[in-house]
Amino acid sequence: MDQNNSVLERVIIKFAGDSGDGMQLTGTQFTNTAALFGNDISTFPDFPAEIRAPQGTLAGVSGYQIHFGSVNIYSPGDRCDVLVVMNAAALKSNLRHLKSGGTIIANIEGFDAKNLRLANVPEGKNPLEDDSLSNYRLVRIDVTKLTRAALVDSGLGTKEIDRSKNMFVLGFLYWMYNRELDNSIKFLTEKFSKKQDVLDANIKVLKAGYAYGETTEAIETRYIVNPAKMKPGIYRNIMGNQAAALGLIAASKKAGIPMFYGTYPITPASDILHELAKYKNFGVRTFQAEDEIAAICSSIGASFGGHLGVTASSGPGIALKGEAMGLAVMLEIPLVICNIQRGGPSTGLPTKTEQSDLMQALYGRNGEAPMPVIAATSPADCFRTAFEACKLAIEFMTPVMFLSDGYIANGAEPWQFPKSADLSEIKVTYASAKEGEKFLPYKRDEKLSRPWAIPGTKGLEHRIGGLEKEHETGNISYDPENHEFMVNMREAKVEKIADYIPEIKVDSGSDKGKLLVLGWGSTFGAIKTAAADARAEGYDVSHAQVRYIKPFPKNLGELLYNFEHVLIPEMNSGQLIRVIRDKYMIPAIALNKVQGMPFTASEIKDKITELLKK
Amino acid sequence: MSDISTSSPQPLFTSKDLVTDQDVRWCPGCGDYSILKQAQTVIPELGIPKEKIVFISGIGCSSRFPYYMETFGMHSIHGRATAIASGLKATRPDLSVWLVTGDGDALSIGGNHFIHILRRNFNLNILLFNNQIYGLTKGQYSPTSEEGKVTKSTPFGSLDHPFNPIALAIGADGTFIARSMDRDPTHLKDMLRRSHAHSGTSFLEIYQNCNVFNDGTFEIFTDKATKKEETLFVEDGKPLIFGKENEKGIKLDGFTPKVVELGASASPDDLWVHDEKDRVKAGILGRFFDNPALKPDHFPRPFGVFYTEDRKTYDSDINLQVERATEKLGEGDLDKLLRGKEVWEIV
Ligand code: SF4
Repeated sequence: MDQNNSVLERVIIKFAGDSGDGMQLTGTQFTNTAALFGNDISTFPDFPAEIRAPQGTLAGVSGYQIHFGSVNIYSPGDRCDVLVVMNAAALKSNLRHLKSGGTIIANIEGFDAKNLRLANVPEGKNPLEDDSLSNYRLVRIDVTKLTRAALVDSGLGTKEIDRSKNMFVLGFLYWMYNRELDNSIKFLTEKFSKKQDVLDANIKVLKAGYAYGETTEAIETRYIVNPAKMKPGIYRNIMGNQAAALGLIAASKKAGIPMFYGTYPITPASDILHELAKYKNFGVRTFQAEDEIAAICSSIGASFGGHLGVTASSGPGIALKGEAMGLAVMLEIPLVICNIQRGGPSTGLPTKTEQSDLMQALYGRNGEAPMPVIAATSPADCFRTAFEACKLAIEFMTPVMFLSDGYIANGAEPWQFPKSADLSEIKVTYASAKEGEKFLPYKRDEKLSRPWAIPGTKGLEHRIGGLEKEHETGNISYDPENHEFMVNMREAKVEKIADYIPEIKVDSGSDKGKLLVLGWGSTFGAIKTAAADARAEGYDVSHAQVRYIKPFPKNLGELLYNFEHVLIPEMNSGQLIRVIRDKYMIPAIALNKVQGMPFTASEIKDKITELLKK
Repeated sequence: MSDISTSSPQPLFTSKDLVTDQDVRWCPGCGDYSILKQAQTVIPELGIPKEKIVFISGIGCSSRFPYYMETFGMHSIHGRATAIASGLKATRPDLSVWLVTGDGDALSIGGNHFIHILRRNFNLNILLFNNQIYGLTKGQYSPTSEEGKVTKSTPFGSLDHPFNPIALAIGADGTFIARSMDRDPTHLKDMLRRSHAHSGTSFLEIYQNCNVFNDGTFEIFTDKATKKEETLFVEDGKPLIFGKENEKGIKLDGFTPKVVELGASASPDDLWVHDEKDRVKAGILGRFFDNPALKPDHFPRPFGVFYTEDRKTYDSDINLQVERATEKLGEGDLDKLLRGKEVWEIV
């Protein structure tokens, strides 16, 4: 049958099902295929809060959203065009994310009496059978039945057969969007290389899903989303945590010192550990410590020994690391602390995203303990940001906080990866002993940084510690003037970094004007889209994303003063805005969202238009 | 008894070279002075270049130790010297790392790291100065203080049951577990040498008198008048004998230790012969921990090496993994890594 083909600029699909339905895999497969095809993409996995929530319940729903297009894509998108639901709970919890008139692809078996009850659908109702979904295009497919039929001769048990039903859905969507199956077949072949029967079954079902589209009239139109016109070059797909891991390794290679990664498992930071643990041949030593405190302290020990010490966690773990971060500030040794933020306070929302640890990053230590803070803006930007965090740590002999969050950590996008030769150099300054001169461990250079004195170097024997130290000698000192001097010195040293980092530029819009939307971290994509949409409607709005939060770029004040209004959207109750108001004394306007979910572009655009209409 | 073979005939430096320009700030008469002196005496004998030695401490009176040792050193934060030393040793197995800690530092605030360093078996030396009190914060009871101890924080007596550090270390699968005291320099020096010689985490508990806040707490073990009666110095392959005239011994009746009089009823041949490699018996010996003041009919307190075993060390393993991975996969190629498995080109 020859269906019509319709060309679209961009499409947002959300795959939703029970955590056991394999929606994350389906989503990543669709993503990789779209990326290899040349679409621009942005994705957002939405994990269930509970890992072992009962099957079929609302708590067990796992989602994966992909935004792909022939135009530039900056965020996973707001509401989806297509919602794939494997059961009633998935529909119930995601319907509000579907555009009106959008397509629902529903697995009929997931709407049986039991699943409806588990999803708390009122007795006797079934959304697939009444007219409650009449505003949408409903495509009902009996995925389970069709999967079983495809595998009737496979010799596999029902349980195993049912496990491949996500491949049916994937195949169907591949048909719908005119995609090749090759990439996924290659993936499956690698994944099930040792289980021939499972491999055969998955490929068979994938093809069955594709054929189903072709032979039935479930959907009359197929869609074409052409490759995007991106900057020429070679691209790969990358997730935020993966990019962070690569950034750390790249920095270690560039600096020529091996990396030690001391950490304790925590959502959503653990994937950095999983990634790094694979790269022992890059000299990476990963250490799964007994707790968060040991994680950072072991990294401090490694840095003291001359390695690049790195530790990572999320809010609760960062809280535990506070005292040790203070020690690193006091010792003035290189250390990178990655905080992959999640919803707080306390255990909060482990699988959801938030930007509520900025104050903690800036001030969450006892005493005056300044530390550079740098925030990644997108999954791929995690590479550059992690790399820069290491560079600052090594060149300025200081702990540095790298901020990311669950949204970009698990999200993915195409990445025009750099060549190693194009990465900036990282200069390590070691101390050396001079004949007849007493070694001064806290003697500073023009950057106010001290040299790294590695144990094993003859003539440099010295002691350092958490007690206040005398200027230059590093000896313990309780002298009041010296203490104040050293407090100011440590602050000045961190502020000195501003001389060495790039100035901030507007990302889009003019350099002067009515409204600047100033964001930090993962709000980048949503703000960029919102600002572009608003400008398209004639509003005078610019966008800048601040990556260096401590110290700020030198010209940040100048940029802010060029605008009549400054809007600061944050996934918290207003943290950057306090720092900005305090430092630049401007009446910046807050836009806050604390729902464990990222901003949609329209939420930001609405605020922009509201402000500019006045 | 000891199999030290690391002493070099020509020391690279002398005890004097280990003295720093910092004034030692312990209270006059504190047991820490003796420990510092024995360490400064033994270390030059060990044949390690001075710049390869690192002392790491936490917080407490004992933790000031690194400031008085002209080596590399770090005075870190409370309870965490163990964790810091782990990271240092994992990356720099070539260094001789010495950890100085106290009963509060290692067993209270740092208890978690303490048990984990023992099971991981990093090749370093832990010197735990046990004075059964918090000295630096001026006299609160510690996790090794005896039950009922009256201190500033426990005017009605402490309710805590004390830790038995030796039993704890055996329980955590430590590979070298020993005890000594500040007032027996010869024994202490010997134990320091043995700690160094052991490959793995050496745990040496040192009874240390805090003459300001807990004076005389170990007097019964250190005072000439009572020492021979109350202590048991164990040596590998030797029977357990103690007493003023060496007239008493310990016999094992199944798993039950018994004190026997030597002579008519028992001969040294009947006694328990110490075997440092016997974990079960080390467990029994470690339990000789009665408070003499509360239990008149008690076992003497053992000193010496309770237990030692050869086990692979974490620091050599972690570096071996890196070496093997590099052999197998070749030195990491950054460009290949950045490129990943699948790429596409936009022209
Ligand atoms: S308080 Fe006690 S342990 Fe501390 S230095 Fe004084 S005597 Fe020694």
